[in-house]
Amino acid sequence: MTEAIHVTGLTKIYPAAKGRPPVRAVDGIDFTVREGEVFGFLGPNGAGKTTTIRMLTGLTRPTAGHARVLGFDLATEVTRIKKHIGVVPETSNLYDELSAFDNLVFSMQLYGVPRAERKPRAEELLARFGLSEKRDVPFAQLSRGMKRALTIAAALAHRPSLLFLDEPTTGLDVMSARHLRGMIADLRREGVTVFLTTHYLEEAGRLCDRIAIIVRGHIVALDTVDGLKAQASGRPTVEITVAGEEGRTETLRLEGDDVEATLRKALAQAGGRRVLAVNTLRPTLEDVFVRLTGLSAEVMLMEKGRGGSDARG
Amino acid sequence: MLADDLRGMGYIALKDLRAYYFKPPNISWGILFPFAFVLAFAIRNPGELRELVPGLLALTLLFGTSSMEAIVIVFEQRIGAMERLMLAPIRLPALLAGKLLGGMAFGLAVTLVVLVISLLVFGTIPANWPLLILALLLSAAAFSALGAFVSVAVREVFEAQTLANFIRFPMMFLGGVFVPLASMPGWLQVVARLLPLTYSVEALQAAFAGRSWSTAGLDLGALAAFAAVLFGLAVRTLARRA
Repeated sequence: MTEAIHVTGLTKIYPAAKGRPPVRAVDGIDFTVREGEVFGFLGPNGAGKTTTIRMLTGLTRPTAGHARVLGFDLATEVTRIKKHIGVVPETSNLYDELSAFDNLVFSMQLYGVPRAERKPRAEELLARFGLSEKRDVPFAQLSRGMKRALTIAAALAHRPSLLFLDEPTTGLDVMSARHLRGMIADLRREGVTVFLTTHYLEEAGRLCDRIAIIVRGHIVALDTVDGLKAQASGRPTVEITVAGEEGRTETLRLEGDDVEATLRKALAQAGGRRVLAVNTLRPTLEDVFVRLTGLSAEVMLMEKGRGGSDARG
Repeated sequence: MLADDLRGMGYIALKDLRAYYFKPPNISWGILFPFAFVLAFAIRNPGELRELVPGLLALTLLFGTSSMEAIVIVFEQRIGAMERLMLAPIRLPALLAGKLLGGMAFGLAVTLVVLVISLLVFGTIPANWPLLILALLLSAAAFSALGAFVSVAVREVFEAQTLANFIRFPMMFLGGVFVPLASMPGWLQVVARLLPLTYSVEALQAAFAGRSWSTAGLDLGALAAFAAVLFGLAVRTLARRA
């Protein structure tokens, strides 16, 4: 399979400023993103996710390392890279004064989409993202979910083959977030490579083909969701719920290599009490994340709330 | 790549004109502000008002080009829209040139209105039209580049406004708009020679008086140099932030 992104030793050190020491935001990371996959980039706040995106999209110059994006060298062919990628930043950043339609047209103008294609493409995107009725409404007057959808539409306007999505569902209501996840799944079906950062582990687990976990500028794990789960715990856990005294229930959990043997052992421990439920537990992505980062998902989301605008994240 | 740059420049300029510049408060402020200053000066020092026309045009250009230009970039940096432009397949100098072009177009449009009013009210007809047009274009480029440099040198909109005024207001009084350079003390004349407005006023005076091209050559050259240096500094400052 062709590589959409190939990164070796990518490093970003922000120089010392205002009495603060230099910050090694990204520290010699290596990874590849395959063409057509949804690649998740997870990590706590300040881990280096946004800095990595900024480097790969030409917004920030790497301090060291190499990267090829869509076959082009990041150091020498950044303008060519820009022509074929779309970027959705964490904060929607279209023009408040321009209408939804005009924002899309302006995006296409910047990317050299032929004049005859602009209007039909803008109408098509508005329809696809459920914004046709808001065609002439200024961006400033759209709801948060609509702004997010339009920002993604603008990033797709020139039909990029690689899309960077930085925290696409942060701050959205449940329905808008679900809608956006559906759109990301659609893009994957269309063959667009998606590089996704998110704080929502469930979202990453559901959408991504492979996930890299970055902590303090280092990639600590990279695998498929199942592969990461297997790394977190090699032994399955059998959980049985039995009837206890006075109508209470009791849960017994046992780990073992052989599920059948472990179940027999658990039943023996139950001592003839009535079995109410039997489950085989597999580690969740959250278990993997906790094990690798030492942070719980809740802590990560709380951190996000505190420092979500940190550009060095 | 050059075609991408040129196309990007044009669309950025058009977008800026539409989104920021051609708004009623900007237009009225751009026209009224220089008139108000010139009238205030004329009331205090009654005399030949027609002599003030070149200075009036230069002032209109200075404020018309740089007022919005000085805050557009920093504003777009704050809301993340500048990043959107920097992600486009356009090289940084072309992006900034698009911004400059927007400021120049607005400044020249407002100055054209003031020029027409001046022609009608004062009956002052420039003796050398080509020189006038070139002087206006180079002045607009220099002032717009000044605005762009101010905008990239700071991080907040209020800082941009403060810095722009810190530069423009002394320039207004030292640039030969109200007081001829020759009547200033020697050291002030040296300071005036460091300001682009001085050369703009002189070049426009030469155009109205019908002086030769060679007389205005130094002024035109100085304006072009200001435009190039300030533009270069703005590009460099913006590139360094990456």
